[in-house]
Amino acid sequence: MTIAAELKNVTKVFGNKTAIDSINLQIYEGEILALLGPNGSGKTTILKILAFIENPTYGEVKFQGETVSFKNTEKARMQSTLAFQKTTLFDTTVYNNIAYGLKIRKIPEEVRNEEIGRMLRLVKLEGFENRPARKLSGGEQQRVAIGRALALKTKLLLLDEPTANLDPKNASIVEEIIATVNREHKTTIVMATHNMFQAKTLPQRIALMSDGKITEVGTPAEIFGKLSKNLASFVAVDNTYAGTAKITENGTTLVDVGNDVRIEATIQSSGKVSVFISPEDIILSKDRFSSSARNIFKGKIVEISDLGSVVRLKVDVGKTFTVQITKRSFKEMGLNLNAEVFLAFKASSVQIV
Amino acid sequence: MVDILEGIAKAIQLIITGDPTLYGIVYRSLFFSGIAVLLAMLWGTPIAMLIGLRDFRGKTIIKGFFNSLIGIPTVVLGLVLYLVFSKGGPLGFLQLLYTPGAIILGEAVLVTPILISIATTAIEAVDPEIMNLAKTLGASESQAAIAVLKEAINGVLLSNIASFNRAIAELGVALLVGGNIAGLTDILTTAISRYTQRGELDLAIALGIILMVIVFLINMIIITARKAKMLFTLGRSPQ
Repeated sequence: MTIAAELKNVTKVFGNKTAIDSINLQIYEGEILALLGPNGSGKTTILKILAFIENPTYGEVKFQGETVSFKNTEKARMQSTLAFQKTTLFDTTVYNNIAYGLKIRKIPEEVRNEEIGRMLRLVKLEGFENRPARKLSGGEQQRVAIGRALALKTKLLLLDEPTANLDPKNASIVEEIIATVNREHKTTIVMATHNMFQAKTLPQRIALMSDGKITEVGTPAEIFGKLSKNLASFVAVDNTYAGTAKITENGTTLVDVGNDVRIEATIQSSGKVSVFISPEDIILSKDRFSSSARNIFKGKIVEISDLGSVVRLKVDVGKTFTVQITKRSFKEMGLNLNAEVFLAFKASSVQIV
Repeated sequence: MVDILEGIAKAIQLIITGDPTLYGIVYRSLFFSGIAVLLAMLWGTPIAMLIGLRDFRGKTIIKGFFNSLIGIPTVVLGLVLYLVFSKGGPLGFLQLLYTPGAIILGEAVLVTPILISIATTAIEAVDPEIMNLAKTLGASESQAAIAVLKEAINGVLLSNIASFNRAIAELGVALLVGGNIAGLTDILTTAISRYTQRGELDLAIALGIILMVIVFLINMIIITARKAKMLFTLGRSPQ
């Protein structure tokens, strides 16, 4: 696999704070690599270094096989672009925002107009050319920023929490764009996220980050297959609960997570633990039914998020669980807020850290 | 009282009939102040960008220095420039004293701190990520700086308007280095002073009315721009 970019022992210090420490990371051409970690773990710093708008304090950055230094930074910047977490737009029209980078690259006007039209179709903002960019909604602004980055067709596309501030519908559109661009154009993408769902579905590889260091790198199956302490320490992780574990007579483990919720797991453990159940492993029903699932809870729907083809639900059973079902199932079951439902999942799908 | 009312009546007549002496003075004022502001913009804007775009040791002191120069008494500045332009002064060889050039340069020096202070604040008010954004879209350092300047353009333009306001209404510098020579270096403020002393109230009042109209129009532009949320408050001291 060809290496698009590489960080070798990269450290970045701001004043007294070490933002990232001895980072070694290879980014392969054509992949989507997710930097997954909580806020402050160093994801944005890595992206800025890969965008060549920050220089490392120590270490080496290589791009397309060449070491990047002050001599060739501007050349490297032409091949890499970053869409910021906080959407930053020029105080002008949507057209001029997307055109900025193309004008810098002296793209002729006709070609520019065509490319901007194509981008607006891709990000589903056709007809928005002359609108003042800063007057759009948050979701629309983020799509302009992404369209602006995609228009440059850089070798490396960097996205900092691309869906963090978006409602589920806009988030879904953006995720679809990312997947399409990678699939059809083989664009190398590095994206920072603290969204577990996104990290499981979008990238080919994940680099787990904590306190400025990369703790693990692997495929989503490898990272989520075994729940690591680092992963479980995220505040933002859905379906992760701290509790006290006790081994039962049957040889399973019962974990008391509070509010009368006790979760049974096949993995044996005792003492203070964290448990995690993947939303996809939870079955939702309107009625209690007999099954082999050891964990059955009755609760109420407290939040519904429409993501297009799927619906994400939060169900309060004493603890709040996140469940994902198809839109079709959601409609057929006639679910709504405050509806009483049952959750069921097997003991074998409970992961313990 | 009768004299004053007569003076006002004659002043209005001079304005309406387009008195050449009157309008010659108005034209010179507008021209000298306009060129002065252009000069101040040429050397002041790059300084404002250097200060506004970076964080560096001593930045607060430098900003404070320009801010404090805004309040310099114009007659003191006029005296300093007189000494500089006079025969024995360092720029005496240019023979600028009592010429339009002296007034233009003097007013340019006078308004430079205003322009720098206001423009710096406008540049600092731009989202700090704009610079990074421009760079990540492929801009060089100078292209990125221009992108920031464009974002601050309303504030920078208003710094020029405020500078013009100051230039056209000042007396001390123009009097001391210009000499108030009729038809050559007399401008609105110096001419009002001369005609008042001579008792030629009609001309003094007419010039006063025109000067007030110009100042009023400039301030209306500033107020309208502020209302349209184009800029920060001019009265705020730069930090």
